[in-house]
Amino acid sequence: MTSKITSQFEKAAMQNRAAYVPFIMGGFPNDDTFIRLLKALDDCSADVIEVGVPFSDPLADGPTIQKAGKIALDNGSSLRKILGTLGEVSVDIHAPIVLMTYWNPILRMGVDEFGDKAKAANISGVIIPDLPPEEAGYWIKVARAHEIDTIFMVAPTTTPKRLETIVNLSKGFVYLVSMTGVTGSALVVSDALLKTVANLKRLTSVPVAVGFGVSNPEQVAALSNVADGVIVGSALIKKCLEADDDVSAIDAVSSLSRGIIGALGRN
Amino acid sequence: MTKSGTLYKEQKQQVSAPDQNGYFGRFGGRFVPETLMPALEKLSETYNRVKNDPPFATELKDLLKDYAGRETPLYYARRLSEKLGGARIFLKREDLTHTGAHKINNALGQVLLAARMGKTRIIAETGAGQHGVATATAAALMGLECVVYMGSLDIVRQALNVTRMKMLGAQVVPVNDGSCSLKDAVNAAIRDWVTNVANTHYIIGSVIGPHPYPMIVRDFQCVIGKEARKQMLEQAKKLPDVAIACVGAGSNAIGLFHAFLGDPVRLIGVEAAGYGLDTGRHAASLCAGSPGVLHGALLYLLQDENGQITEAHSIAAGLDYPGVGPEHGMLKDIERVTYVAVTDQEAVQGFMELAGIEGIIPALESAHAIAYLKKFAGTMSKDDTILVCLSGRGDKDVAQVAEYLDSKSVSGSDENDSKSANYSSTSAENQK
Ligand SMILES: Cc1ncc(COP(=O)(O)O)c(C=O)c1O
Repeated sequence: MTSKITSQFEKAAMQNRAAYVPFIMGGFPNDDTFIRLLKALDDCSADVIEVGVPFSDPLADGPTIQKAGKIALDNGSSLRKILGTLGEVSVDIHAPIVLMTYWNPILRMGVDEFGDKAKAANISGVIIPDLPPEEAGYWIKVARAHEIDTIFMVAPTTTPKRLETIVNLSKGFVYLVSMTGVTGSALVVSDALLKTVANLKRLTSVPVAVGFGVSNPEQVAALSNVADGVIVGSALIKKCLEADDDVSAIDAVSSLSRGIIGALGRN
Repeated sequence: MTKSGTLYKEQKQQVSAPDQNGYFGRFGGRFVPETLMPALEKLSETYNRVKNDPPFATELKDLLKDYAGRETPLYYARRLSEKLGGARIFLKREDLTHTGAHKINNALGQVLLAARMGKTRIIAETGAGQHGVATATAAALMGLECVVYMGSLDIVRQALNVTRMKMLGAQVVPVNDGSCSLKDAVNAAIRDWVTNVANTHYIIGSVIGPHPYPMIVRDFQCVIGKEARKQMLEQAKKLPDVAIACVGAGSNAIGLFHAFLGDPVRLIGVEAAGYGLDTGRHAASLCAGSPGVLHGALLYLLQDENGQITEAHSIAAGLDYPGVGPEHGMLKDIERVTYVAVTDQEAVQGFMELAGIEGIIPALESAHAIAYLKKFAGTMSKDDTILVCLSGRGDKDVAQVAEYLDSKSVSGSDENDSKSANYSSTSAENQK
């Protein structure tokens, strides 16, 4: 059975474009606006939407997502709460939802309970940045049983041997980390990066989406020629942090999203 | 608590962990972003290759001897022993190493590893500043660039060490996230490493982090226990009945304990109870925490019901961390080591007592081990011996302790009540 996520990438490919995968944070900037952002992104026809779970020690994240996470935690956001919210609103969202969370909140909840709750909340896939394949055995079993896609990350440092393992375990898409760095770092879409994407695509039939530092339509235009999808996180979060109020935050996120969507086409 | 023999629990468990995935029982592992996985594989591979390589071993041994001042003395603390009225107490004097704490053992070992891997840049986190100073020292010695991350709270309370690091040529980067202490400094160091992994080696300061760090740091710290075991046999003519060390993230304790794991020696790790375990404001992950993942390893830590790491508190910056290395988790589970905790106040009293009675100003971290002696040494016989790891010297802490005493006015009272939290004879008043 092809996953909901893979189907979205296939649909985009048929339209001769890359898929748009925006990232927002559960409970940020507040519970209500989070839900409205989710709907706004869905209305812009985002292909897949990533929802981040805030964590006290986000060691793969740069200052922007750290800040959003802190605001969300101060608002009382948690894995349990986000799953509850998504369970309620996901019927109205067309795009499949991918949860991005560090491992400890899942561990604390219990991996089995998390599988059940994520399934009940209509989560299509999960990204766990601090869970490499070596530690993911049990999670993969639970995820497969619940038909949740396991999305693993490939980094510029990944060795060929690791690449093979990661690609084989990835479902939905493979997350190619654009650079050695944390989320939101300045990205230069170099020929080397484009080549890495192309090489990775040759290794797998699973779609390849590129993330970390992707922030504007120019980068997206360059990446879209080779990548199956682009992931945009910190740039959207930054718009929210800079906005004067919730309404302008949603406007700013929608407007940047439209700009990015306009740059997804392949030439 | 009488004869340690009755308390020692026979454990023939395999203690030469970790396994090849970095697990000590159910603890340890590698929970880091993919970007770092290849660097960890390389580190494991390099370490396994060089650790028994004679030139490497010789270079480290010579540095430890001629540069760091090993072996460190084992000192029979006669007056302290008499005061507590029971067992004979021996102090393993890690405070007498170059830079003043056990941290140098690991820093020298790891900087040699970094050089073997061709890395030109060293990063480290530090709490008390002792690991930062040790790393800055080792980096200066090898001519490597050095950046140390330190919580802004710790920069204030351990100002002396900040100055030292700067003089040693290191760049000290203040970290203003979260609790502004050790945990947040580790986050910042990991983020730096993710970014600069190509030319940078991260020298973690304790037995935490992803595999192989808990193993490497342990191996470099094991020299403490190896020397002390031999010295006890020479000086006391027997093994200690009890060996005791403070536990921050666990490196000086594991370094002391390892040599005795197969012996009938009771092992005690002393955590920081901060304001008290029941206040929730402490750093006692083993006494009051639960297993979870922090900084790349599964270990005992402090967390809430949602799996968010909670803030630790200890007066000792080096103990102010909400997790303890994975090997300690295993040693707790198999009940080979007993973990206890003493409060800030008890630690300060231990600090003052050792200064006043033995003329040794201990680090506030080490003072936690000293403070716990009061709770049991007096119940033991004169034939019994206790080995204490005096992990570091207290120069860095004198201003903070003076301030604490000014605000609390800890008084020496009730000399006869051994259960009392208050120490006597060397009261705060006498010292001022
Ligand atoms: C003197 C001293 N002792 C103990 C510690 C605690 O660390 P560990 O538990 O790794 O020995 C520190 C940490 O900074 C220290 O400086």
